Amino acid sequence: MYVAVKGGERAIDNAHAWLAEERRGDTSVPELTVAQIREQMALAVNRVMAEGSLYDPDLAALAIKQARGDLIEAIFLIRAYRTTLPRFGGSTAIDTENMSCDRRISATFKDAPGGQVLGPTFDYTHRLLDFKLAADGEATDVPVDTPNQDTTPHIMSFLDQEQLIQSEPAGDDTPPDLTRTPLELPATRALRLQSLTRGDEGFILGMAYSTQRGYARNHAFVAELRIGTVPVEMEIPELGFAIDVGEITVTECETVNQFQGSKTQPPQFTRGYGLVFGMTERKAISMALVDRALRWKELGEDNLGAPAQDEEFVLYHSDNIQATGFLEHIKLPHYVDFQSELELIRKLRCEAQANLTQEAAE
Amino acid sequence: MQAQLLEGGFADLPVDASHTFRAVMTAMARPGDIMDVAGAKPPSPLSTACGAVLLTLCDPDTPIYLGTSHNTPEVRDWITFHTGAPFSDVENATFAIGTWQALPLSEFAIGTPEYPDRSATLIVETADLSNAGTTLKGPGIKDQAQLSLPEQQAFQANAALFPLGLDFIFTSGNRLAALPRTTKVS
Amino acid sequence: MSDYNFAYLDEQTKRMIRRAILKGLAIPGYQVPFASREMPMPYGWGTGGVQVSAAVLTPEDTLKVIDQGADDTTNAVSIRRFFEKTAGVQVTEATTDASVIQTRHRIPEQDLRADQILVYQVPIPEPLRFLEPSEVETRKMHSLEEYGLMHVKLYEDISQHGDIATAYAYPVKVEGRYVMDPSPIPKFDNPKLEMAGIQLFGAGREQRIYAIPPYTQVVSLDFDDYPFQASKADHACDLCGAKDSYLDELIVDDQGGRVFMCSDTDYCSTRRAQGHVGAQGSPIQEDAA
Repeated sequence: MYVAVKGGERAIDNAHAWLAEERRGDTSVPELTVAQIREQMALAVNRVMAEGSLYDPDLAALAIKQARGDLIEAIFLIRAYRTTLPRFGGSTAIDTENMSCDRRISATFKDAPGGQVLGPTFDYTHRLLDFKLAADGEATDVPVDTPNQDTTPHIMSFLDQEQLIQSEPAGDDTPPDLTRTPLELPATRALRLQSLTRGDEGFILGMAYSTQRGYARNHAFVAELRIGTVPVEMEIPELGFAIDVGEITVTECETVNQFQGSKTQPPQFTRGYGLVFGMTERKAISMALVDRALRWKELGEDNLGAPAQDEEFVLYHSDNIQATGFLEHIKLPHYVDFQSELELIRKLRCEAQANLTQEAAE
Repeated sequence: MQAQLLEGGFADLPVDASHTFRAVMTAMARPGDIMDVAGAKPPSPLSTACGAVLLTLCDPDTPIYLGTSHNTPEVRDWITFHTGAPFSDVENATFAIGTWQALPLSEFAIGTPEYPDRSATLIVETADLSNAGTTLKGPGIKDQAQLSLPEQQAFQANAALFPLGLDFIFTSGNRLAALPRTTKVS
Repeated sequence: MSDYNFAYLDEQTKRMIRRAILKGLAIPGYQVPFASREMPMPYGWGTGGVQVSAAVLTPEDTLKVIDQGADDTTNAVSIRRFFEKTAGVQVTEATTDASVIQTRHRIPEQDLRADQILVYQVPIPEPLRFLEPSEVETRKMHSLEEYGLMHVKLYEDISQHGDIATAYAYPVKVEGRYVMDPSPIPKFDNPKLEMAGIQLFGAGREQRIYAIPPYTQVVSLDFDDYPFQASKADHACDLCGAKDSYLDELIVDDQGGRVFMCSDTDYCSTRRAQGHVGAQGSPIQEDAA
């Protein structure tokens, strides 16, 4: 008896086995360890943590290994794991002023308290392939200095003192959680920022770039970009005070944007904000630009019809796990629907042909 | 007292909750069908069925309004311990518990035109639950069904609000039935 | 997998989904927002259906999973295995033996009984989405019962093609109120949406759940002069001879030879086991080898 595509179970088992073999590659080459990925592919690990919304470098490294280096697949693994974790509570807001900075630059001031700290950046490297890395890759001698223990004030605070920039008062409200409640529009800024920080780096970058090229241009200066570690604290009700539960590396970008004002209100600069897990400055800067573009309504600006101003467009399409799943689902069988279309188009063509024949005859 | 408070929850939460939910879902999908539930032993005056429904559907995300008939310290403590649900005023309640007389119908949330689901579900404790009395028609009912409702007029008024409106679960001992806003009573 | 909760989802998530299902049943055809969880399978591959099934299943249930009407398509196999592992439920390919059926793109040919639950996987739950991309706008249209856009679209089809050019995911109006997307089932299946079983629809990526209680009025949108027609290929099944089932069309040779067979594999094999034989019932295997 003729039966199409039987044997789905066996096909899946064989595909999984083959995948495992391909993942390992040539067995005469030593296997990568999770620690190697964590230490030497740190920026990939950072991206997986940021878009996976789970700060765990070891798990992110494992996910990258399991995903054969496909970062979106790795992010997916982390998200699916994250969703099964119990939630013990919320931390207090991290204080980036107390960041121990590895990198801190401002484009708006030549110098500022705390100084310009270039840090470990690709910025002024010449993008020439380093063939020595192919041979050994041993670390070169690195000059060592004592770390700066002082707090580094935010550049924005200096503008704030003069009231040159629109202030963002702190609130005590617990922001809604994008991963626990369905997205409802219009979204609050807290929700938008949550969506942007876990959004696809490429998508957010493209959106940000479009604002620079004139689609809702908001003229951003990077007032400050800082990367470093901050303590994470949690209030324990039984203790009555907050305790340190760990330390995370984050990248924070604050932009100063074109000013607002009217006859009654003196002009003020406006803000865009980006905060992302890990050393992820491309993402953090992009996030700040898109955040600023999405704020048109609350800042009384015109809707220019630009994609980056459309919160529904940005928020519904920034998540690469949603996007890749839906995109790739079209490779699943759709033959039942196609069959239905096939019959319809045959019928429509038949009717059209009959009409033409009839017209020709008349 | 303390020991009593800790008792009466589901012995096997995922399994007991799955059974209770199937019963509630069937009741809501088939107005007039009376279902048996088990597994909860709540303090009086909560019925077994009402207790099981609470354990299955309520948690810190669902503010509960307790009608005067059920607003006792024992009931409050039991619900708090077993579900973590907060208690609320009438307007903000997701669920309400009480006898028919104890629930101020007109004050509960009936949803909004864009979100008609944001309406309260009332768990009405009744002494008697049987397939007699009021005639029910509408979605979930093949031709018609009968259910012992406390009255008719309130349910007719509620159905007239559709797609807004309240949804009801009636509990009695270890039995329950339901009446969604779509049901027409006569 | 034994470290995971019964049916994978944690109890708080199940409660949230269960509350959404109850509101969905109380407001037939209305899309209830729910906080869809990230599942260990991709969005667009049935995460909504899987979450609904996980919230509905009891340990005593017998589960059937179909994709395109078939139990043995790879994604159906994958989802069935997921629940075998995480919920330990019995599984079956026989429609009559199943208490819960999760489906993608088909309604089984066999009429469902009152004690059966059909769970649909839904890609785009919003029937107005392709006419109006904004969720804010479509939500407003549903609230105002403003469905003119949909009728305009169907009417434009008729003026352009002489017929309504929608073959699947054909929109319906539920209980005279909400216009609903029945998921991408062929319009052949639309009349079956009025049934004895409970129908639940889950859209994971789009975070929506909706439902049709038993015996609820479900009307496919049409016009008096262009009434809705449930169509299928004008053939009988070449394997079992059924004339009343939806058919897949298979190309079987380089000359474009065709074979038609039931898309509902259980329906077809049940009929064959009863002795029904289609035009090419047995000889095909030798030819195709």
